[in-house]
Amino acid sequence: MALSSGADRGSHSMDKSITLPPDEIFRNLENAKRFAIDIGGSLTKLAYYSTVQHKVAKVRSFDHSAKETEGDPLYEISVQEEITARLHFIKFENAYIETCLDFIKDHLVNTETKVIKATGGGAHKFKDLIEKKLKLKVDKEDEMTCLIKGCNFVLKNIPHEAFVYAKHADSEFRFQNTHPDIFPYLLINIGSGVSIVKVEAEDKFERIGGSSIGGGTFWGLGALLTKTKRFDELLQLASKGQHTNVDMLVKDIYGGAYGSLGLTGDLIASSFGKSATTDKEFSKEDMAKSLLHMISNDIGQLACLYAKLHNLTRVYFGGFFIRGHPVTMHTITYSINFFTKGEVQALFLRHEGYLGAIGAFLKGAEEDNPNQYSWGENYAGSSGLMSVSPELNPVQRARSGTFDMLEMDRLERQLVNLPLLQDPTSYIPDTVDLTEDVLAREYWLYCFEEALDGVVKRAIASQKDQPKAVERAEKFRQKYRHKLQTLRHQPFAYGSLTVRSLLDTREHCLNEFNFPDPYSKIKQKENDMALKYYLKVVKSVEELSWEQRQFTLVKGLLAGNVFDWGAKAVSDVLESDPEFGFEQAKLQLQERPWLVDAYNQWIERLKGPPHKCALFFVDNSGIDIILGVFPFIRELLIRGTEVVLASNSGPALNDVTNSELQILTERIAAMDPVIHTALKEDRLALVQNGSSSPCLDLSRLDKVLATVVRERGTDLVIIEGMGRAIHTNYYAMLSCESLKLAVIKNSWLAERLGGKIFSVVFKYEVPSNIREIKS
Amino acid sequence: MSEWMNRTEKLIGSLRVQLTGEAHSLSVYRFLVNDIMELNGFHCDGEGCAEEKEEEPPALMLPRSKTETPCSLIATPGADSEAAGGSALREQRVSKSTPVMLRLDSLKKNRPPFPWFGMDIGGTLVKLVYFEPKDITAEEEQEEVESLKSIRRYLTSHTAYGKTGIRDVHLELSDLILWGRKGNLHFIRFPTHELPAFLLMGRDKHFSSLHTTLCATGGGAFKYEDDFRTMANLQLLKLDELDCLIKGVMYIYSVVSSGPPECYYFEHPTDPERCEQKAYNLEDPYPLLLVNIGSGVSILAVYSKDNYKRVTGTSLGGGTFLGLCCLLTGCSTFEEALAMATEGESTCVDKLVRDIYGGDYERFGLPGWAVASSFGNMICKEKRDSVSKEDLARATLVTITNNIGSITRMCALNENIERVVFVGNFLRVNTLSMKLLSYALDYWSKGQLKALFLRHEGYFGAVGALLELPNPS
Repeated sequence: MALSSGADRGSHSMDKSITLPPDEIFRNLENAKRFAIDIGGSLTKLAYYSTVQHKVAKVRSFDHSAKETEGDPLYEISVQEEITARLHFIKFENAYIETCLDFIKDHLVNTETKVIKATGGGAHKFKDLIEKKLKLKVDKEDEMTCLIKGCNFVLKNIPHEAFVYAKHADSEFRFQNTHPDIFPYLLINIGSGVSIVKVEAEDKFERIGGSSIGGGTFWGLGALLTKTKRFDELLQLASKGQHTNVDMLVKDIYGGAYGSLGLTGDLIASSFGKSATTDKEFSKEDMAKSLLHMISNDIGQLACLYAKLHNLTRVYFGGFFIRGHPVTMHTITYSINFFTKGEVQALFLRHEGYLGAIGAFLKGAEEDNPNQYSWGENYAGSSGLMSVSPELNPVQRARSGTFDMLEMDRLERQLVNLPLLQDPTSYIPDTVDLTEDVLAREYWLYCFEEALDGVVKRAIASQKDQPKAVERAEKFRQKYRHKLQTLRHQPFAYGSLTVRSLLDTREHCLNEFNFPDPYSKIKQKENDMALKYYLKVVKSVEELSWEQRQFTLVKGLLAGNVFDWGAKAVSDVLESDPEFGFEQAKLQLQERPWLVDAYNQWIERLKGPPHKCALFFVDNSGIDIILGVFPFIRELLIRGTEVVLASNSGPALNDVTNSELQILTERIAAMDPVIHTALKEDRLALVQNGSSSPCLDLSRLDKVLATVVRERGTDLVIIEGMGRAIHTNYYAMLSCESLKLAVIKNSWLAERLGGKIFSVVFKYEVPSNIREIKS
Repeated sequence: MSEWMNRTEKLIGSLRVQLTGEAHSLSVYRFLVNDIMELNGFHCDGEGCAEEKEEEPPALMLPRSKTETPCSLIATPGADSEAAGGSALREQRVSKSTPVMLRLDSLKKNRPPFPWFGMDIGGTLVKLVYFEPKDITAEEEQEEVESLKSIRRYLTSHTAYGKTGIRDVHLELSDLILWGRKGNLHFIRFPTHELPAFLLMGRDKHFSSLHTTLCATGGGAFKYEDDFRTMANLQLLKLDELDCLIKGVMYIYSVVSSGPPECYYFEHPTDPERCEQKAYNLEDPYPLLLVNIGSGVSILAVYSKDNYKRVTGTSLGGGTFLGLCCLLTGCSTFEEALAMATEGESTCVDKLVRDIYGGDYERFGLPGWAVASSFGNMICKEKRDSVSKEDLARATLVTITNNIGSITRMCALNENIERVVFVGNFLRVNTLSMKLLSYALDYWSKGQLKALFLRHEGYFGAVGALLELPNPS
């Protein structure tokens, strides 16, 4: 649908007539409420809260009183509508305000909304227009308060929000891990002037200083000097200029460096100093560059002086002067580095432009307590960070003329750190940063693109009788392929690119087109079949000697993990007889010694006293969970170790979800007195991990899980599967014993790790402090 | 310290005893002592002086009253020579006693030959100080070579040299005693780009035939060293500019006693009606933040005569003011730019807090008159078209000055220093900036910080260089 404000009413100029693709922007307006708007000098940011209705797969156990008949499935799957909360943020140029307001008016059904929170310098100017168009009362909020609120929100809720910019590095962006405690920090907001704000707590902040030399100075003085009107054009000029033609450098005065003071010859001694002493014409580019350096250096210097005085090391930069521009980020970074001798790093934010809108929104939504929830960036609905290299990608740059979006989902569970992380501040979930590792990036992007057809097929197959499944699956394909293409050019779009983020993006895109659980039926079938062999497997294990039994259990765990629909290499085996498959899988496994082999240490440990409580992050459904994990934890339970099984809150690939696991556990308990008793005595507990990802971020886990872990005195963590133990957490350091095991089902990765396909990783780690106590 | 005090007292005592004849002004007296210490501290070549190096310059410890002290010029520590150390005194002109005569000889031997110059070659200006001896005897006059005479006559009989060289006559220090000679200290400046012409003149006046050392500091001492040698056959004694700066400041402050005060400040800087220039007593100067505003800016924290550090600097300095003014208004000299700035109004160029908030931004204690964005109004075409050159010059001056004030204030806070002395040629005839700095420091520090200024604002580096003349290292 095209929307044009010009042609219909004939009262507006043509340049305001734009086409809004309503499928893509201002989504879910029907249910929108709580609007907030931040109108800056050139960009408008609109925020609203909406509820999204989407399909979720639910499993429900059949009534046990009914007589079981052969061939009936284990449990029932139903697709239900669920309503979840989502925050929408849209950024567009001020020129489109009127068109956008008209569009919103036409699509806004909800009549409850009475006010719109507004902030930003332009809010005043557009007050009447907003009130007239939307019939909402404009309620102005303090700019700085909004900014800080927004900043706290993104720092807390978006992993990889902050980054360090390094122009000449392989990857321009170095994303920072979310610190559990974000305070205190310094925010340098560079608008027309500069504000320096010290933030000590959620609602405690102080403007400790500022400067009048800011973005307005660059723009105003730049316009006078170069006769260039637009801010972005000035930056373009600057990126092409040579400041050394205009500035007086140390070497212009000294002929070289000022060695005794450690001032190098290339240092600027006097900005614009050459224009004071030479009667020549200076190029626009050179003057713009000199001006940019002058202003960036000055701001950087003041920021350092304030950081030093207040003893702060985390310094974030934002405001329209920065706005993701590589030249300004580079000059600011350079300046901070120079003045603090590398002690303070300049940090930038991916969603810096949205801070005011987010803050204004939060001010208006205080009664909903948005801060008590955890939120997650929706990769499907968010534009991501644009390419910031104007020289490399002028087309992408021009996107500032269109619409940029950020969508955040309210997560059902509040997320916290795993209490067993050795050092939460230095924990990085992902093993390989694909933003830095070019070869790995190319491989995985290729791999995900290759697998796309299969995913589309499976999505359609999962909803054979559903309306428009093919059409939706096709839309999914386009969206995900587009995301992959974007990531190929801008690997940093959503923070560090990782296998996890690629997998998560795929899950978000599938959800977007109402494919909540493409594997539900496969999982059902596999679970059903595997259950039939459970007792047989348990019995055969029981007959073995202790030593043999331990090895068989571990092999079973590993063999079970071979069954993974996520890996193409094994899908064929799966179609055949599962029992045969299970035995086949054991044969496929690499012989010992494994690629990483700490089995002997593990066995030695088992000869010692039992663990108090084991936390097991489970992986796939079917054979993996039923024939691999259950016999293994059964042995632990018999040894006297409590077991907590942590499974996904929502579906991802063929991973077993918490609700599925509950049904499976019940069924196993009905067959196996060991499991039955353990459940009854609460020595076996099931918890959800708060995630819907095939990977595992131990810094964002369900709060309940953290409590259970703490209460039960967990002293062993077992992480299973490629997604959770290889792509993520391979290097995670825990404060208790841990077992990380996986079968490498990808030849490229296996080769990279120095092995072959079906290589085994069996990593048993004991933190040094515990080792010392024991010895 | 106390040991030194004792020695000084002894010395003064011995002077009182020995000196007879005409009364002499305290300034000479002070300089005399200063000079002793100068020798003690820097170029003693003998006994009992090494441990003196840490001492403060005596000038700064003596009362600055104008009380005449009854003593004549013959100065010698007498038998108690360890007090002064080595070849201490050079102040012996009127001496008739034998030991003094001996000392005179030794002084004569060590005294650098004329001409006495100190040079500071900066990014924009060359600052030259020249000591013109006024006590030349007939005998000397005869011996004086023609080239020396010619230089002396040329420099002292003009107040302008070529189109751009200027002698700041109002700064001249007359009847100064330096290394036993009485004379006038002249302050001359010319643009750095005229340095080749200066060198050619030096060559034409056979400067090199005088076998003198030319003490030079500033970046140009390094950059143009080869040119001095090849064009004028002159060997430079290169000196660190910050060392010279501090030495120069302390020296000039100590020798100026009459006339306008060397150090001054603006009283009531926040009240234009009552704002006035007042003398400031800088006897006990440390710790001190010394802000040198030349083409660029250096900020030094000075803890004692020999203990200082460069805290930071900024490239937004006098060169930036002039450079931007040239580009924005088409002017070509500092004087022109400053004259325009005096006429202009910056509030139409800058965006003020009140332009954004309609008044004060109370939430953060920002007054409406404060500049929110320098040149912030210039993003708008209509305002660009209606603004005058004078307004632009004024806004440039205010921007640069306020920024220096702001960085200085932060350094003062970080270094925990309350006294700030601003020097450098940016402040020459620039009362506007001085008042602005005074105001800014006073207002934003709530009266905690004081901005001080020195009359010889831009010449301290050159003076410091001159003082190194007897140290041919």
